[in-house]
Amino acid sequence: MSDLQITPLNALHRALGAKMVPFAGYEMPVQYPLGVMKEHLHCRANAGLFDVSHMGQVILRAPGGYAPVAAAMEGLVPVDMLGLGMMRQRYGMFTDEAGGILDDLMMANRGDHMFVVVNAACKADDIAHMRAHLDGVDVEEITDRALLALQGPASETALSALVPDVAGMRFMDVGIIPSDFGELWISRSGYTGEDGFEISVTEDQAESLARALLDHGDVAPIGLGARDSLRLEAGLCLYGHDIDTTTTPVEASLNWAVQKVRRAGGERAGGFPGATRILDELQTGAARARVGLRPEGRAPMREGTPLYAAAEGGDPVGHVTSGAFGPTLGAPMSMGYVPRDLAAPDTQVFGELRGKRQPVRVAKLPFTQANFKR
Amino acid sequence: MKFTEEHEWLRVEDDQVVVGITEHASQQLGDVVFVELPEVGTKVTKDDEVVVIESVKAASDILAPIDGEITEVNDTLTDEPGRVNDDPMGDAWFFKMTPSEPSQMDDYMDEAAYKKYVS
Repeated sequence: MSDLQITPLNALHRALGAKMVPFAGYEMPVQYPLGVMKEHLHCRANAGLFDVSHMGQVILRAPGGYAPVAAAMEGLVPVDMLGLGMMRQRYGMFTDEAGGILDDLMMANRGDHMFVVVNAACKADDIAHMRAHLDGVDVEEITDRALLALQGPASETALSALVPDVAGMRFMDVGIIPSDFGELWISRSGYTGEDGFEISVTEDQAESLARALLDHGDVAPIGLGARDSLRLEAGLCLYGHDIDTTTTPVEASLNWAVQKVRRAGGERAGGFPGATRILDELQTGAARARVGLRPEGRAPMREGTPLYAAAEGGDPVGHVTSGAFGPTLGAPMSMGYVPRDLAAPDTQVFGELRGKRQPVRVAKLPFTQANFKR
Repeated sequence: MKFTEEHEWLRVEDDQVVVGITEHASQQLGDVVFVELPEVGTKVTKDDEVVVIESVKAASDILAPIDGEITEVNDTLTDEPGRVNDDPMGDAWFFKMTPSEPSQMDDYMDEAAYKKYVS
């Protein structure tokens, strides 16, 4: 794995007995000795600590402060960035001219600048994309900071023992907070469906902070394996699987991420790549939709499983984009794309597993209830 | 007891052969969440895919280690697949079979050789 990059927590992962795997060009922990299932359940019941330092952290600045950055960013995302409150964060996606999704990301209004977090596998392309299209905006990749996620109902207790100010934050708030571990960039967010925080910390303080959090009895380290089953139960998309350049935000059922002001008739309607198609789909619906799927049997239907409208005959009408066993759900779960007329909850479709079509029902997302502190 | 390179174990019980997966295999698989067993009476040939096993990580097949007929399957695994992680070498056997060519077992490893194989 010599050509892989490592994060500032690599030595800690090894000391904790993690199984390391290559992921998006980084050597990352897929699981710790607890194992995927128990790590998942621990995160939902207590709190889990994730190393997400492979993700890209980027600061966007312009001479006029946040507003001109937000105005420029609205040319790349179908999101209301000018209306985003001070020290608040919002989810969005870079779209392309065909209306497909180049990446999904988090964007924060930090007063005089914007802070964004992008996916590891896309970060080089995203940064080039921003540099090419955000006129008058300085795009600075932050490479000397780790990113930790602390997720689960005990997160606030564990983090506020070290950083008392976080107790006052609510879901999607961001803060720049001095601490014993240097200046922390904290958001009350995550990707598990649980309450929690994402914490950017300088690389030299990252292990100390991680160890201090792990010293809290409720916090266990969680690998990428459980991160995947947690986000899938929470109905959240994984870029490159559930969303990519072949899926539009509307097909991906991410309409909620496109605020009214950016839609047809809105004050700043359109003006982002692929707007014609996306605005049209927002009004009239897309031909297909990303849906939750609950197999009726016990066998998981994994990524790539073809979906059929009937138990016999016909061509595939869609496919599974993510699938696994849901430890909290206690059953297999998948997400995938089906034609609009098959997208209503409880509609039965069929997934082909090992040559046999097995019944599976369209289900509401998320599979497990979110526990955000609103 | 005999062991295959596919990390199965075979234990002879009278005229039957009991088949399961090793502790090493169960650890490598991770938490098992689904087991699909063959039907009793199925005639199998060595290397036929007879059991589907899915863990939190991936799906794997278990191959028939020898020719013969499936005589019993461990139905408890269908409802409690996690038993494969708890006791892979004991209670969590997968199936029993009547071998048609018992000599096919001769080539498989003994415990010492298997330990060396996985070390």
